[in-house]
Amino acid sequence: MSSQSIPQQAPAPPLPRLGEITETVTNTIFGKAPLWWLIAFGISSALAGAFVLVLGAVALFGTGLWGINVPIVWGMGITNLVFWIGIGHAGTFISAFLLLMRQSWRNAFSRYAEAMTLFALATAGMFPLFHVGRPEWIFYFAPYPNTMILNPQWLSPLVWDAIAISTYGGISAIFWFLDLIPDIAAMRDKAKRPIPRAFYGFLALGWRSDSNHWERLHKTAYILAALATPLVISVHSVVGLDFAIGNLPGWHHSIFPPYFVAGAIFSGLAMTVIVGIVLRSGYEGLKDFITMDHIDKALKLMLITGLLVTYGYMAETFGGWYKADAFELPLIIERAIGPYAPFYLAMLFFNCILIQLLWFKPVRKNIALILVICVGILIGMWLERFVIVSVSLSYTYLAPTWEVFNFTFWDILTIFGPFGFFFAQFLVFIRFLPSLPISETQQHAVEVAHA
Amino acid sequence: MQIFRPGVNTVAKISILAGALVTVLVLNFLFVQDRSPYSRARAGIAVAQPVRFSHQLHSDQLNISCNYCHASANEYAYAGIPDTHTCMSCHSQIAVYSELLEPVRTSYETGDPLVWNKVHDLAEHVYFNHGVHVQNGVGCETCHGRVDQMALVWQAETMTMAWCLECHFAPEDFIRPADEIFTFGYEPPIDQAVLGEQLLEEYEINPEGLGDCWVCHR
Repeated sequence: MSSQSIPQQAPAPPLPRLGEITETVTNTIFGKAPLWWLIAFGISSALAGAFVLVLGAVALFGTGLWGINVPIVWGMGITNLVFWIGIGHAGTFISAFLLLMRQSWRNAFSRYAEAMTLFALATAGMFPLFHVGRPEWIFYFAPYPNTMILNPQWLSPLVWDAIAISTYGGISAIFWFLDLIPDIAAMRDKAKRPIPRAFYGFLALGWRSDSNHWERLHKTAYILAALATPLVISVHSVVGLDFAIGNLPGWHHSIFPPYFVAGAIFSGLAMTVIVGIVLRSGYEGLKDFITMDHIDKALKLMLITGLLVTYGYMAETFGGWYKADAFELPLIIERAIGPYAPFYLAMLFFNCILIQLLWFKPVRKNIALILVICVGILIGMWLERFVIVSVSLSYTYLAPTWEVFNFTFWDILTIFGPFGFFFAQFLVFIRFLPSLPISETQQHAVEVAHA
Repeated sequence: MQIFRPGVNTVAKISILAGALVTVLVLNFLFVQDRSPYSRARAGIAVAQPVRFSHQLHSDQLNISCNYCHASANEYAYAGIPDTHTCMSCHSQIAVYSELLEPVRTSYETGDPLVWNKVHDLAEHVYFNHGVHVQNGVGCETCHGRVDQMALVWQAETMTMAWCLECHFAPEDFIRPADEIFTFGYEPPIDQAVLGEQLLEEYEINPEGLGDCWVCHR
């Protein structure tokens, strides 16, 4: 079926067996669910259940269940919001940014990374919804025509956030689905039983691999990529502004927007690599598509963004020292040697020191080490958000109100629950939809063969 | 065998249009429903009361002052519903044997007050002061409509926040001279644009800041 995807018919060079690519990818879906999938799904669902429990409890009994109070009014809700939005960023970066840069190696990651974007956004979206404490009134964030002639406060970055994130979610979803259509059509053609045929047939939207179809799809994909690329930069910049605009020691830095973007792509790539390694060890066939070369490239990108994040820490600390603010200096010292020192030092270790290993080629080939580094980055980036959000709030301008964040049982659940929520969605996705872009991989294979 | 025949393409295209149309219709419905005098205020639908008291009879035909019964309307936050004693000040002499007044007489004998059904129920988070409005040139009619023409009273205005703010942002368009407060069917004697400005000075109203949140929400 697959040769339609080749734009020009060149007879001479031997074509790679494109049908095999389709086979390999669709087999991951039509086969029975492997044992590792069932186990992973079981664990994820249990954690997701814990997450639902937290959210339900917070909605019923109030946000006080989280260890937040004056002055630390932003705790797990906001820390996790920033963390999970960051996880999503790699997806769009890979699929849109690298598409515009014509980096066709992105194909190995693009589909599942984009799916990760959507699921990470869905996870992130839960936090502001419940952090405000009145989930049923969340629509007040939207400038809808109401009978109070009230608009949201446009000067508030929290409103920019709502708009930036929902735009981002919308465009990512369309972009992801558009790319999926030809592959869903491939699934439809491979499906044997009536229910899968109807399911994939419905989702394929009547795709016939017509050359008109392809032309329109490519045009739309490029237009959407051009729209989505600035979003990669702007969404997390806006999240950074949530803090930078607040006049609080530890928040009030102009470095925040770029440093947040770098951090987002950094943590997102770490998650992408972890998931890639899981996928290729889970499905033997995918090893030929998600190769060590792809992972190597992603790790190099990770190193670059990690160094940018390190620069961010340096700039922030230098800025605090340079402005010699009577409240910022104690914050800088306190968080390094005070009660929060373990958090801050662990963050520096995972985000700045551990990644230096990635300079070395043998490290970039060692799966176990890669996993350790990537998990370290996830921990480090979570700690970074905690340090920025809650630790900064601990040292406000009113010294007598200084507090140390007190983790409650619900806080702990809120840290781990979302991972289950995210992975449960992701595991469902890889069971029902092609986790690699079949047609683009084929195109790439043809291009490589011609070159 | 094909599950989806070629004709389904047409269905798909129509469903896109239909989806857009339904979305617009639903949004439109919500928009209208949120503002409609019917859903907001049941405008024109009288609220049932334990006694069939007619404002039309008492206010329009008998020309009893609003203040005779709503004694605190001018000065107090709450306009006030008359007690049974006020009713009986006339009805101990007039229509003494009327069947319609049976609940009033019972209330008078037993001392249990009549339980009237509230018609104008503002949101709890609005600190509304009735007296301030009366003393600053807002006529009865402006908010309550032609009560003098209502046998049983209904809410004449939607009383949404936007409706309140219409006047709070531009009181000069609505206020009237102090001696016209209780007039029904009032027409401004001169152009309201001119009169309004004069009245603002007379009442010493500073429209600036009247639309601030804290004016109504504390």
